[in-house]
This record gives sequence, structure tokens and C-alpha cells, in this order.
Amino acid sequence: MNRAGAAAAFIIAIFAVAAPFFLKPFGIFLISIWAVLTIAAIGLNLTLGYAGQVSLAQGAFVGIGAYAVALLTQAGYPFALAFAAAGGLCFAIGWSLGYPALRVQHHYLAFVTLAFTTLVFLVLRNEEWLTNGIYGINGIARPTFFGWSTRSALNFYFLCLGTLATLSAATWWMLRSPWGRAFVALRENPIRALSLGLDTRRYTLMAFAIGSSLGGFSGGLYAPLVQFIDPGSFALGMSFNLLLMVIVGGSGYFFGPFVGALVAVLLPEWTRIAQGYYLIIYAALVMVMMAFCPSGILGLIDRVSKVISRSGRSAPALGAEGIGS
Amino acid sequence: MASFIQLLVSGLATGAIYALIAVGFTLLWQTSQTINFAQGEFVMLPAFFILAAMNAGAPFWLAALIGIALAVVILGLLFKVVIVDPMLKHGVLPLVISTIALSLFLKESAKDFYSSQAQPFPALVPAADIHILGAVISTQSLAVLAVAVVTIVALHFMLSKTRLGRAMQATAQNPTLALILGIPIRRMVLYTFLINAVLVAIASILISPIYLAKFTNGETLGMAAFIAAIIGGFNQVRGAILGGVILGVLDNLSAAYLSSQYRGAFPLLILIAIILLRPQGLLGRIEERAV
Repeated sequence: MNRAGAAAAFIIAIFAVAAPFFLKPFGIFLISIWAVLTIAAIGLNLTLGYAGQVSLAQGAFVGIGAYAVALLTQAGYPFALAFAAAGGLCFAIGWSLGYPALRVQHHYLAFVTLAFTTLVFLVLRNEEWLTNGIYGINGIARPTFFGWSTRSALNFYFLCLGTLATLSAATWWMLRSPWGRAFVALRENPIRALSLGLDTRRYTLMAFAIGSSLGGFSGGLYAPLVQFIDPGSFALGMSFNLLLMVIVGGSGYFFGPFVGALVAVLLPEWTRIAQGYYLIIYAALVMVMMAFCPSGILGLIDRVSKVISRSGRSAPALGAEGIGS
Repeated sequence: MASFIQLLVSGLATGAIYALIAVGFTLLWQTSQTINFAQGEFVMLPAFFILAAMNAGAPFWLAALIGIALAVVILGLLFKVVIVDPMLKHGVLPLVISTIALSLFLKESAKDFYSSQAQPFPALVPAADIHILGAVISTQSLAVLAVAVVTIVALHFMLSKTRLGRAMQATAQNPTLALILGIPIRRMVLYTFLINAVLVAIASILISPIYLAKFTNGETLGMAAFIAAIIGGFNQVRGAILGGVILGVLDNLSAAYLSSQYRGAFPLLILIAIILLRPQGLLGRIEERAV
């Protein structure tokens, strides 16, 4: 994983830094969205890919983060503080949702998180004194750091990219720490992890809360990027989308969310010719992928490269063995 | 009091429809561990089959039969063969994802190939009001209740009194043993998919005059089915019926007496409470998990 992972990170970094100089403003907006959604997808990948729990709440956490930043910055607090608050708030809510909810697992958790997302949507829509209801919040300002203004699309993209790089490096570091190894153990074989004395429920909860806070951070950038938020943006559709991103990229692979978010952002643009039909095409592709390669695009690459290396030498390659489910 | 009776009857009618959807949902779960996230869209779609048949000139009763038949082929047989069968070997999670994608697929297809506007849908009986104890009860609510009850009673009779139904129950309870006893379990599993298709088609005919046929109908209906199934107990047909009725009645009463803005929230709060306090559901058995 390490050498291949470092190479992958290097290639992604070069492309991500160079890309905006070749793009029109709308293209820069798209890759900014990509960076923002990737942060949320990394968070969901911790829950889904490592702890193996289907969560349909990630879109709600993005919403909570977005509203937190929008409301706090409009109340005059500095962006950095609001951004930290968005992550912290989502960590706390994730912990308090996960603590009771993770007693039940798998499809039950999917339903609890589904219910949570709908509840958050209802609160955002109905509590007009706080959130301005269905009209949403307009004109969210982009921050300035020590005289460096992020008002231009290009500068804001680099803010998103820098945040993505920092948070994914932190996640990488966490997964390599002894503490994060427990997440990997959860992914590989939860029953074995339990037998070895790991408190699996505690680690699952931790993965869920950290994943939620990444959703909050993502929302904290989403609000100033789009500069307009309303409850509908964070309804169930966004949670479904984030879930599909993680799955399509390859759940349990570190770079899965990067790939999945790229597909989710670019596919609607590429299939523009198909106009309204792109969601139909996307949904059909996901179903085909689930039938033939449930471990996602990176899982497919992994499988192909293993076949190639196996034909080269007899020893099986020891590497990132991701399981798709 | 009069308005309470009105709300109760209309709640029972909605609840009976939820029950139909939830029963199909639990049947799939029991026999094949399929959690159908597209169940709501399965209810949304047959209404469009029927409208399309009526646009082609068929009378309502014929269109309804065509709709049910199409549902059995597409939402029963094709769903089983094309989506579920190739996926079962991968376990529960990929199938969950796949049915989520399927729900998106069906919803967008209905929108793009039929219409994004809500379509009026013919009611079973002409609209009229009956006065009982000062309460005004619509004939439509009564017709919905009658059809739903007859359907459920017929299903219950089939499952518990006929040889075929018992074979299906045996398949659900212990597939290995059922196979040893000579029950063709693959065919039994297929039958549950076909029964589910019939149930959702009937639910579609009952609910569409009330909600209008709209491509987004599945979202709320699917959610209602999950909640009903979980309230009652995932592994019990009786539980799903109970859950559906409770949900329908509570939904109507809470909207009238508590808060209409947060109408959607009450079922969710009940869901969360049930999952945390009694995850096996009101009537459910605790499932032993094999390691």
C-alpha cells in the first residue's frame, strides 16, 4: 500500500494543483465541489469501508456543517472558528447518534441514519427563526486569511484543496497509528478483532463520529463555495449520493472516495448529451458494478493488477486487500 | 369526537395500505434476506403502468389487470432474476446498495419517460360521504380498507392453510431443512417475489387516487414500509400488518393534534425508539446471529 499509495497521492496532487490553470470558471467550480465532496466521502468511507456500517446520515452532517458555518460567519465569528465548530458539532452529534444507534447494526443502522437525515431536513425546513426555512441562506461570504482573500474561484479552490490535503493526510496518519489499525482490523474481520480483545463497538463508534466530523468539515466549505444553502440540498438525495460515491470508488480503499467523488461530479457533465437521463445511466452503472465488482473501481483495478502480477510471479502480491463489503 | 372518528378511519385506510407494502417487504426479507430499498418505488411504478394502459384506450379494470401483470413480470420476476440473484453471493450490503440505485433508476425513469407532473388517478368507487355518529367518512376510505383487508386475509389464508403457503413458510424459517424435506426452495423464493409484486401493485392502485401518481411517491411510501416493518417486527407478517396500521393511525392523529409541520417526524421518532428499545419489533423474535 505504502509505495503505491504515496505514488497515487503524488499523482493526484500534481493533477489537482495543475488542473485549475487549464479550466474555465465552471470547471474550477466543479473541481472545488469534487474536493469538498471528497472530504465528506472520506468520512463516510471510515464508517462504511472500515467499520462496515451503512450510514445514510452523511448528507445530514454536511448540512449541519454548512448551516453552522453560514450562521456563525453571518453572526460575525471568524471563518476558522466557525469551520472548527462545524467539525466539532458534527463529531458531538455523530457520537450521540452513534452511541445508541450502533447497538443495532447493518440494515437497522441504515434505517436509523435514514430517519436521522429526514429529521435534520425537517428541522432545517421548519425552524425558520434559525435557518430561514425553505428560503435558505444567501450570500455566504468567502473568508480572508491574513490578507489572502479566497473570493476568487481559483483561490477558493486552493483553500478546498488544501483542506482536503490536510484532512486526508490526518486520516492517513490516523489509519496508520496503532489506534487506527483497529479500524483496519474491523474491516478485515470484525469477529476476529473482537476475539483479540478489541472493543469493536467503541472503535465503530469512533469511526462513525470521526466520519461525521469530516462530513461537518465538508459542509463548512460547501456553504462558502456555493454561497447559498437550503434544506433541500441536504435531504436524503445527498446522503445517497455520498454513499454511492464511496461504493463506486471502492469502499475500504483509502483513495476510493477520491475516485468515487470524481465520477459523481464528472459523470453528469460527460453525459450531458443524455440530458435528464444521466441519473438513469448512473443508477444502471451502479447496479452493474454491484453485480460484477462490488468492491468498486479501485477493487477492479486491484483485481486486474493482481491477475497481471500473478501471471508474472507465483507469489501473491501482499498489498491493499480491500473487501467490498 | 366526530373528527376523531374521521381521522381514525382515514388513518386505518392509509395504515392498511402501508401494511400491504410492509408485508411484501418482510416476505422478501424472510425468504431471501433481500432488503428492498426500492420498495416505495415499486409502489409508485404500477400506477404509471395503469395510466399508460388507459392512455392506450383500455378501460380502468383492464388497465389495472395489465398493471398488476406488468408488475409481476418486471417488479417480481425480472427484479429477482436480474438484480437479486447475481447479487446474493456478495452478501447483504451490495444488494442494499443495488436496490438504492434501483430506486433512483425507477424514479428517474418514471419522471423522464412519463411525466414529472402529478397525474390524476381514477378512484375505485365514486366519491361520496357516509355519515356515521356525526362523522363524515368517505366511501373511498372504506373501499381502500375493504380491498386491503381482503388482500391480507387472502394472503394469510394462502400462507397458513395451503400446502404451497406452508412450503413457503418452511423455506423462510429453515431453508436447509425445507430442501431436505423436498421443498423446491428456489421456486418458493421466486413466489415470494411474485407475491410482493402483486401486493405493491394493489397498494399502488389504492394509494394513487389519494396521493396522485407522482414519481416521488416512493420516497415516503418506502420509508413508511420500512418503519411499519420495523415497528411490527421484521420477521413476522403479522408484525408488518400491525406496524402498518399503527403507523397510519398515528400519522393522521399526530398531524391533526400535535404538529402538522413535524408530521413526518413522528413516525421517525417511533422508529428510533423501537430500534433502540425493542429492535426485534413489537411482535418479532430475536434473530440469532450465526458467526
